[in-house]
Amino acid sequence: MPLLSQPRQTSQRRERPAPRAPLCAPWPVVIGATVELQIAGATVTALPGGALWIRDAKTLVVSDLHLEKGSSFALRGQMLPPYDTRATLTKLASLMDRLSPDIVVSLGDSFHDCGGPARMSEGDRALLRDLITRCDWIWVEGNHDGRTPETLGGVVRDMLHLGALALRHEPTGAGCEIAGHLHPCARVSGRGRSVRRRCFAYDGANLVMPAFGAFTGGLNLCDEAFAAIFPRGAMALVLARARVVPVAQERLLPD
Amino acid sequence: MSQSSRLPQPFAAWFEARGWTPRAHQVALAERARAGLSTLLIAPTGAGKTLAGFLPSLIELAEDQRTARPYRLHTLYISPLKALTTDVARNLLTPVREMKLSLRIETRTGDTPPHKRQRQRAHPPDILLTTPEQLCLLIASEHARAFFEDVQVVIVDEAHALAPTKRGDLLALALARVARWAPAHRRVGLSATVADEEGLAGWLVGHRPADTPHPSASQRAAPTRGEGQIILHAAPGARPIVDVLDSDARIPWSGHTARHTMPEVYAAITRAKLALVFVNTRAQAEMTFQELWRINDNQLPIALHHGSLDVAQRRKVEAAMAAGALRAVVCTSTLDLGVDWGDVDLVIQIGAPKGAARLTQRIGRANHRLDEPSRALLAPSNLFEVLECRAAQEAVVEGAVDGASTRVGGLDCLAQHIMGCASGEPFDANELYQEVVSTAPYAELPRAQFDRVLDLVATGGYALRSYDRYRRIVQDVQSGRWRARNPSMAQQHRMNVGAIIESEMLDVRLATRRGAGSPSVNGRGQKALLLPGRRLGQIEEYFIEGLTPGDTFMFAGEILRFIDVREDSALVVRAPGAENPSIPSYAGGKFPLSTFLAERVRMMLHEPKRQKRLPLQVRDWIKIQKRRSIVPTPDEMLVETFPRGAKHYLVCYPFEGRLAHQTLGMLVTRRLERLGKHPLGFLASEYAMAVWGLEPMGACDFAALFDEDMLGDDLEAWLAESTLMKRTFRDCAVIAGMIERRMPGQESKTGRQVTFSADLIYDVLKQYEPDHVLLQAAFADAGEGYLDLRRLGALLRRVKGRIVHRDFDHVSPFAAPVMLEVGRVPIQGAAEDAILEDAAALIREAMG
Repeated sequence: MPLLSQPRQTSQRRERPAPRAPLCAPWPVVIGATVELQIAGATVTALPGGALWIRDAKTLVVSDLHLEKGSSFALRGQMLPPYDTRATLTKLASLMDRLSPDIVVSLGDSFHDCGGPARMSEGDRALLRDLITRCDWIWVEGNHDGRTPETLGGVVRDMLHLGALALRHEPTGAGCEIAGHLHPCARVSGRGRSVRRRCFAYDGANLVMPAFGAFTGGLNLCDEAFAAIFPRGAMALVLARARVVPVAQERLLPD
Repeated sequence: MSQSSRLPQPFAAWFEARGWTPRAHQVALAERARAGLSTLLIAPTGAGKTLAGFLPSLIELAEDQRTARPYRLHTLYISPLKALTTDVARNLLTPVREMKLSLRIETRTGDTPPHKRQRQRAHPPDILLTTPEQLCLLIASEHARAFFEDVQVVIVDEAHALAPTKRGDLLALALARVARWAPAHRRVGLSATVADEEGLAGWLVGHRPADTPHPSASQRAAPTRGEGQIILHAAPGARPIVDVLDSDARIPWSGHTARHTMPEVYAAITRAKLALVFVNTRAQAEMTFQELWRINDNQLPIALHHGSLDVAQRRKVEAAMAAGALRAVVCTSTLDLGVDWGDVDLVIQIGAPKGAARLTQRIGRANHRLDEPSRALLAPSNLFEVLECRAAQEAVVEGAVDGASTRVGGLDCLAQHIMGCASGEPFDANELYQEVVSTAPYAELPRAQFDRVLDLVATGGYALRSYDRYRRIVQDVQSGRWRARNPSMAQQHRMNVGAIIESEMLDVRLATRRGAGSPSVNGRGQKALLLPGRRLGQIEEYFIEGLTPGDTFMFAGEILRFIDVREDSALVVRAPGAENPSIPSYAGGKFPLSTFLAERVRMMLHEPKRQKRLPLQVRDWIKIQKRRSIVPTPDEMLVETFPRGAKHYLVCYPFEGRLAHQTLGMLVTRRLERLGKHPLGFLASEYAMAVWGLEPMGACDFAALFDEDMLGDDLEAWLAESTLMKRTFRDCAVIAGMIERRMPGQESKTGRQVTFSADLIYDVLKQYEPDHVLLQAAFADAGEGYLDLRRLGALLRRVKGRIVHRDFDHVSPFAAPVMLEVGRVPIQGAAEDAILEDAAALIREAMG
């Protein structure tokens, strides 16, 4: 586990002025259904389902699973289908089958609330346990779930470094950073109508991942919340039906 | 005199003092009421329907004056329109005042302030005028029984408009509940002419559950269906005079603007006192309004009225109509229903009326006096519509009507009702089931299905029983009765009552610059300075989503340029210079051609003697069709195939309306794809459906292509990937209470997040529990409403073995109108990704 045993250094790194690559410098490379991008010198691949594959580290990153969101609503009297956890885990499992990662990182808000792990059905819990035992599993702390997923196995971290890359839940815009939390979403129009889809947000220095969970909504990339992370704006790698489509900032519309 | 004398004093005197004679149906209704009989009154507009409905109540209450009467609700009046309750209350006050009756007549709508609601609950008025939604809310309150148990009469106004809708489902269920508490009450339905009178009568009274004792049944004739005829007809008024515009101008082949008729329409307005100009869509309303003003040389006061306009604006137009200050109002279905706004003497229908009942109703808006005929003018906008207008004209003159009068009740509405009952007086499941099947929409509901819906309300109804511990409704251990788990569950329900799911709407506001007058817009840089200003009205969010800043469109009688969306407003500026708006139309109020009119059009095409009154252009067009192709018999379906440009076309003419044709188009395209014909797209009009592709389609087995079995697997497969099902599902889920109109914790001002989440919920549910009861409900709705499956099925059965195929190297006269519209619609499903691909392609080009 070379990557995991690396020291959690970082104050230095944070003080260094963030690299500000011009926004449109590295236009991402479309390879089949996926898109490859460069960040902090590493090549990462945005996958159609909204996961990120870091090939050199054999690491699969997913963010904002929001497991047990359905049951969280049911608690309050809204009986959403109880299958969201199963759907999310199944999607993740099929990615893991295909890629056989050494490391899986769940980048925070893995559960919709702290009561989530306790509410899981036996079947879902067994499925998740099985996934966790297949590789090194890292829960990054999120604002919804904190350290609660710990009980299910895997390791909980407040953040994580992979080489020069910093992986954390809430984006800071510090550069060389992969984060989640904001659930980016892009709206593109044409032909008299518009589509709104989840997306990766990317400006060459920072990447914000889409939410992976089956019941997660999205925040438009034109929202002010993204301005702090991407002062010069960001392009969207939009999740179409079975592929990732890069869309330039100029084409993105607010809601 | 004889009619008046059949009424008691002071009513007879009141009629005489006004110089009026009560109409026969008004007296008959009063006599039936005295015998405790329920009645469905079918009367044309202007027949004094409303007074007829209330007269018996006024008489009963007047006779009741001598006895000391505590506060109790005597008459409950339900109207589909909030505006109608106020209007009717105002009209009732006149006789009440003049006869010095001491009565309390009050309205209860969404606008009624809380203190008045509270007072009404403690001290019910004698007559309460309200809407179906408010009735559902009253049912869901703990004091419902006390409130309703004295009810003697329930009056349902515009019953024909309510019965075939989800609101009608909820109303039928709510009235069954009222009947439990006030079993002897009688019902009065007020309706325009309908095709299925028996069906509507059944919806009105239902049938009382056998196991419910009728306390006062021995004293008065029980108002059940079995008691004989409950339908009462008012004498029909004078036959309307309907003309179809024989335009001197050339009639266009296609399109729906009717622009060519405007000079003649304007001339007709000039001759009338007050004309209502009905159109079928809001876009047409905007266009017609613009066109009329362009040629308004006499500066006649012509106004615009449609559902997207600001309420204040609409009220202003209505007041001006009532005051006689207007000469014409261009309007959509917003003026279809009963409110009386002035002395209309001419109704003009722009474009085809789509249904005979709708046209009759609209014509009834002219001249609210029975003895004088109403006058109407139909202005067809293209060749096919000339046929349709003629057919409608004949139907109206014959007094023939069409349209559904009833429907099978929605399971989502039942779920809402069950939750409503649980939020009020706790219920016993067996009793409630009996009550539910006593209503017409749910008469055929199996017990097992009822239990599934009960479980849907309690736990979401999932096969995975994981929500059993979070029940919304619980069963009392001793009584076995169901009630809401806690007051907040009941409250949550009350916030979400109703079956009207509005599209997400955005305000349309004029952009103003801080401290400046009219702003100029020079691209994105200036936008930040603009602020939302005066509100022009509301528009569907999906329409705005399709716009790019800078696009122009017509709204509120002006051409506007879209700037930006700011919170829940679409910012616009006036664009008076723009000749043609870039985005011409937005949906809203589109009706498909009725089966009935379609049949008449097919007959007309076939019988030369019925074509005599058609304009020469139309007769020529049919004649040439006969020469160059064929004119099918009413039973046959003509299919033409021909090449044009680099593409090959298949056009068929089922005459079954746009919705059924659209569904047919989707399914036939899938089949052609499988046959290797590589279809590229299709287009559905009211009359025809065209498919085009790269391969010739003349050699297809048409019997197989149009076989009924397309409604099986092909339909399933297509629906699975259709956005339509998601929209339908969302509506069902909201009505059933699975998701709230506003999801807690996800509020965004315009509800965008909700739409998104509902799609995700649909995807997951479809994958993991495809036979879930809400998916069944959504499928039923889609089939009924959006896909017109019943009609498509009837079509496929009708043309089985009667498909006539002609293969040409040219376009036929019938095909020409369709060909002019071809090329606008991409195949669905692929369309969404195509938008993303467009964006990507542009970038690829730019970036090399």
